[in-house]
Amino acid sequence: MTTSTTETLLPPTEKYTILGWIKRNLFNSIGDSILTIVAFLLTFVLLKSTLSWAFQEAEWTVIVDNLKLFMVGRYPAEELWRVWAVLYLLAGVIGFLWGAWVKGNERVGYVLIGMPIFLALLPFTMEVRLLILAVDLIGFLGVILGRRDNESFKKWSIIALLLYFPIGIMIIGGIGEGGLLPRVKPDLWGGLMLTILLAVIGIIFSFPIGVGLALGRQSDLPIITWFSVGFIELVRGVPLITILFMMDLMLPLFLPATIRIDSVMRAFVAITLFSAAYMAENVRGGLQSIPKGQYEAAHALGLSSFAAMAFIILPQALKAVIPILVSQFIGLLKDTTLVMILSLFDVLGIGKSVLGNPDYVGTSKEVYVFIAALFWVLSYGLSYASQRLETSLGVGER
Amino acid sequence: MANIEYSTEEAIPFWRDERILRILGQAVFLVVTVSFFAYLYNNMMTALEAQGMLPSFKFLTHTAGFDIGESFIEYDRSDTYGRALLVGLINTIYVSIVGIFFATILGVVLGVSRLSNNFLVAKLSSIYLEILRNIPLLVLLIFWYSGVFIALPRVKEAINWGSVYLSNRGLAIPWGIPTETWGIYTIILLFALIFALVVSWRLNIIGERTGRPPLRILWVPLSFFTVAIIGWILLPQAPLVLDKPELTGLNFSGGYVFTPEFMALFSGLVIYTAAFIGEIVRAGIMSVSKGQHEAAKALGFTTLQTLRLVVFPQAMRVIVPPLTSQYLNLTKNTSLAVAIGYPDLFAVGGTTLNQSGRAVEVITLMMGLYLLSSLITSVFMNFYNNKIKLVER
Amino acid sequence: MSRKFFPVFALLIVLSMVLAACGGSAAPEAPAEESAAAEEAPAEEAVAEEAGETEGAAPAEGGSTLATVQERGYVICGGNASVPGFGFIDTEGNYSGFDIDFCKAVAAAVFGDAEKYEIRPLSSQERFTALQSGEIDTLIRNTTWTLSRDTDLGSNFTATTFYDGQGFIVRIADGISALEDLDGGTVCVQTGTTTEANLADVMAARGISYEPVVYEDVETGWTTYEEGRCDAYTTDKSGLVSRRTLLENPDDHMIMDETISKEPLGPVVRHGDDQWFDIVQWTVYATFFAEEHGITSANIDDMMAETQSPSEKKFFGTEGELGSFLGLDANWSYNVVSQVGSYSEIYDRNLGPDTKTFIPRGLNSLYTDGGLLYAPAWR
Repeated sequence: MTTSTTETLLPPTEKYTILGWIKRNLFNSIGDSILTIVAFLLTFVLLKSTLSWAFQEAEWTVIVDNLKLFMVGRYPAEELWRVWAVLYLLAGVIGFLWGAWVKGNERVGYVLIGMPIFLALLPFTMEVRLLILAVDLIGFLGVILGRRDNESFKKWSIIALLLYFPIGIMIIGGIGEGGLLPRVKPDLWGGLMLTILLAVIGIIFSFPIGVGLALGRQSDLPIITWFSVGFIELVRGVPLITILFMMDLMLPLFLPATIRIDSVMRAFVAITLFSAAYMAENVRGGLQSIPKGQYEAAHALGLSSFAAMAFIILPQALKAVIPILVSQFIGLLKDTTLVMILSLFDVLGIGKSVLGNPDYVGTSKEVYVFIAALFWVLSYGLSYASQRLETSLGVGER
Repeated sequence: MANIEYSTEEAIPFWRDERILRILGQAVFLVVTVSFFAYLYNNMMTALEAQGMLPSFKFLTHTAGFDIGESFIEYDRSDTYGRALLVGLINTIYVSIVGIFFATILGVVLGVSRLSNNFLVAKLSSIYLEILRNIPLLVLLIFWYSGVFIALPRVKEAINWGSVYLSNRGLAIPWGIPTETWGIYTIILLFALIFALVVSWRLNIIGERTGRPPLRILWVPLSFFTVAIIGWILLPQAPLVLDKPELTGLNFSGGYVFTPEFMALFSGLVIYTAAFIGEIVRAGIMSVSKGQHEAAKALGFTTLQTLRLVVFPQAMRVIVPPLTSQYLNLTKNTSLAVAIGYPDLFAVGGTTLNQSGRAVEVITLMMGLYLLSSLITSVFMNFYNNKIKLVER
Repeated sequence: MSRKFFPVFALLIVLSMVLAACGGSAAPEAPAEESAAAEEAPAEEAVAEEAGETEGAAPAEGGSTLATVQERGYVICGGNASVPGFGFIDTEGNYSGFDIDFCKAVAAAVFGDAEKYEIRPLSSQERFTALQSGEIDTLIRNTTWTLSRDTDLGSNFTATTFYDGQGFIVRIADGISALEDLDGGTVCVQTGTTTEANLADVMAARGISYEPVVYEDVETGWTTYEEGRCDAYTTDKSGLVSRRTLLENPDDHMIMDETISKEPLGPVVRHGDDQWFDIVQWTVYATFFAEEHGITSANIDDMMAETQSPSEKKFFGTEGELGSFLGLDANWSYNVVSQVGSYSEIYDRNLGPDTKTFIPRGLNSLYTDGGLLYAPAWR
């Protein structure tokens, strides 16, 4: 991994021929050899049956035909450009962020660039392919802009990222009737877009609530502590599905008869509250990792408790928590599939409704494998990128 | 959090007096929260009153009117809603306990094999962990059920090993039917258990004294089974007779049948949670310093001994807290059974809600029961955690 | 360079606190207190704001559903998204089906525009709560008319659009011909339906032991039945007939003659709004009337020009003011038929012989053809 530039001699490394490597790593002892053979057979059988199913038996037309549904659900076709715009904006912001902050890390970069290219190889129409490749182009422009080695860009890129989410949600949701961005009702949001939006909005809104709860739990004011502990433990003690169910059936009852909110919004509320409890525990972990000396030093400098918390402790705690936030986001992304049980059309719900279409009866394996693969790419990609960047940027270390 | 005690020599006006502000702040908070919840509650009661459906748990004593596929207690359609929910609760607890047990075993195996020297084994388990950890459980369960268990051969073409049959109606295995002497035999079993515990305790004392712990894992079960077998032989009539499953008519009769719904839920939860446990175990093992491995090796321990006697006791302290939350997750995730037709608490609750129309009551009850089972799990695990903490001297 | 994070995050967190609650205080725990107090506020407020325009249906009490619907500009129907033929989402993402067409008919009656509707997909558990809470204006989701639903659940059934009955589908090879042959067998059923309770009632009454496997959604139930997990699948016969054609080998399966229940399906409205009840009910009757008189969306303009019959003239709105009694335009029933069609058109479009979900008309024919459809008098 590391190449030493000095003349110091490296410790002698063991060198193997291929056969030697095989012997050492696969057939080291009798038990080892048996394990290897069993594992090899297992791999072979699994791989063979999977591949022959995927390339011979499976009928992927169900995915190709319904791709729009899987991606954006019933989002009006004439407003689809807005989804593309949000995607391009994301590419631009990420490129900008990358250009401003990341040096090296080419591997992650190649993966990021490779993804749209890979997608473009799939059987889409030419138009869609060009639209996908434009993601790369805009990302590149972002990188070039960010690379212009202006220190202030670092700050701006973070601000751009923070602004991106509300703007993106606004573009998709629309503002007002008519005009350039007519309102698109949330119950028309669907597919992968809804899944991602649920998770993103869940994380964003649960952040302040979670920080509040974490501080509340640490506080020495008994009523506030009880309340925070009660809320956190209550939410963490029950399955997400019961919270979703409760919000879905009971929120309309809780609100006065004049206010009605649609079921997507109810799911947002449920997911936000759910995520807030977990967020609170993560932030608490961050708070606990701050050594007591920091508190004392802040007080010694004459900062009030409020100022000490806001300017010394929380920034450090939150920085320590960032990597966990990524994994919480991934967890939330996977958990949002439960909204299917409330008959919302997230990507899994869409899958179910596609299977209800007489033309695609009996393709359940294809549909579920596709959905699983989608999630896998998303969450593995996210965690891979975040781990890599974490180590190189020193985020999460103190 | 430290609070600064200012010197109180100068009089502080009350609006800046921290003590008063603290009380005042809490009072305001209390009033705001209570009135917020009161507002919600009031709205709900108004809405329910308008429909003449004020919350009441009386419906629990009404006849349920629906059947449940799997039950550990006597239940039929003429029983009450309350009993139906109890059936669901027991099913949930059952899947949780069995699931936790097997997920732990599989998780430990995965965690250890991920660190194996065998390249293929290590790679395979790391691929397993990476795949499973990155897909949603619900997708896995649905796929697992409809793609694997329902795709098994039909009942007439069941795969057969001796008296064990595997088909998409489930796994039918021979099972014991209790006879008249079963009652006495349970007492004997209880005695055997007590005996085994005594043996375990004695061996522990011997181990502490001599510093050479005897093989408890061998002696304790041995003493249990010795008593159990002697009891079996001494009884005039065998307490259990073997009942083999047979294909009669449409289904298997006799024996015990694990339904595909149960097996899919159980194995889905196990393979999913095991991936997370595997990662926890791996981190736990890695947290034990390399010197410990090397020292154990130098002392002539085998790999298994090193793991059992040196690495795991130390890794446990790192493993147990995250393991607890995985156990809690598994318990809560049993609620996804509703998607594949296993009658757990949530599924039965859903049916009850729909048949009785009592949304508020059923949801409250369900959440309460899940909360209770989570609490029990975490109390138990905290107890265990404190116990292993004591090892730290 | 990572130091740059500090001010940004300090900024972020201060911002979030300011957002979460207002006003500072000298108390040391102030931030905790405030954010905790505002705990629920951000989410709720956001929701309330966003929900401003999706503002839903009428309050549960009062008789103002029509006014609410007109003000809103479209009618909201509770529907199904996974029953082919009755309600599902097609590849373009639009709802279609028999029940959906009746929702369109209501929209045509109220607005003169069959497209001014919105379908809210509901699970069987949600549907009555959604109606009670006023989230939807009418529930058209193959819902069976039962006494307890008509009374205790606070809903009113308007008219029956489809006469159904619960039946069983079995594999011919299993040699099952009567319910008794299912003894010891397994039956798949969907949860949250009258079906589940009917099944339990009938089996208990006849002393047949069976194992139920209960699914959350229809599709899983059918797949598992087809794979042989169950000996029979039970649901309304309409569902059996339409879905049977989609099985891999439809000829291997048969629907048992036995019908174990009555399942009259139709639109449901809330208790306490007679005007809205009448509108939905008479919209359904308008489609019956059109079929009785041979009026279709194709010939309606010719018929209107030529007709001499007083009741038809009233139907077209060219004579009398029947529409005003309902609070609607005079030509409301003309709109229903011209934009959505007569009952037979709706039926044939979704369940007719040319569709994949063909169901013979059976009881759902006009009374003159031996069925049960009978429109009250148009006077």
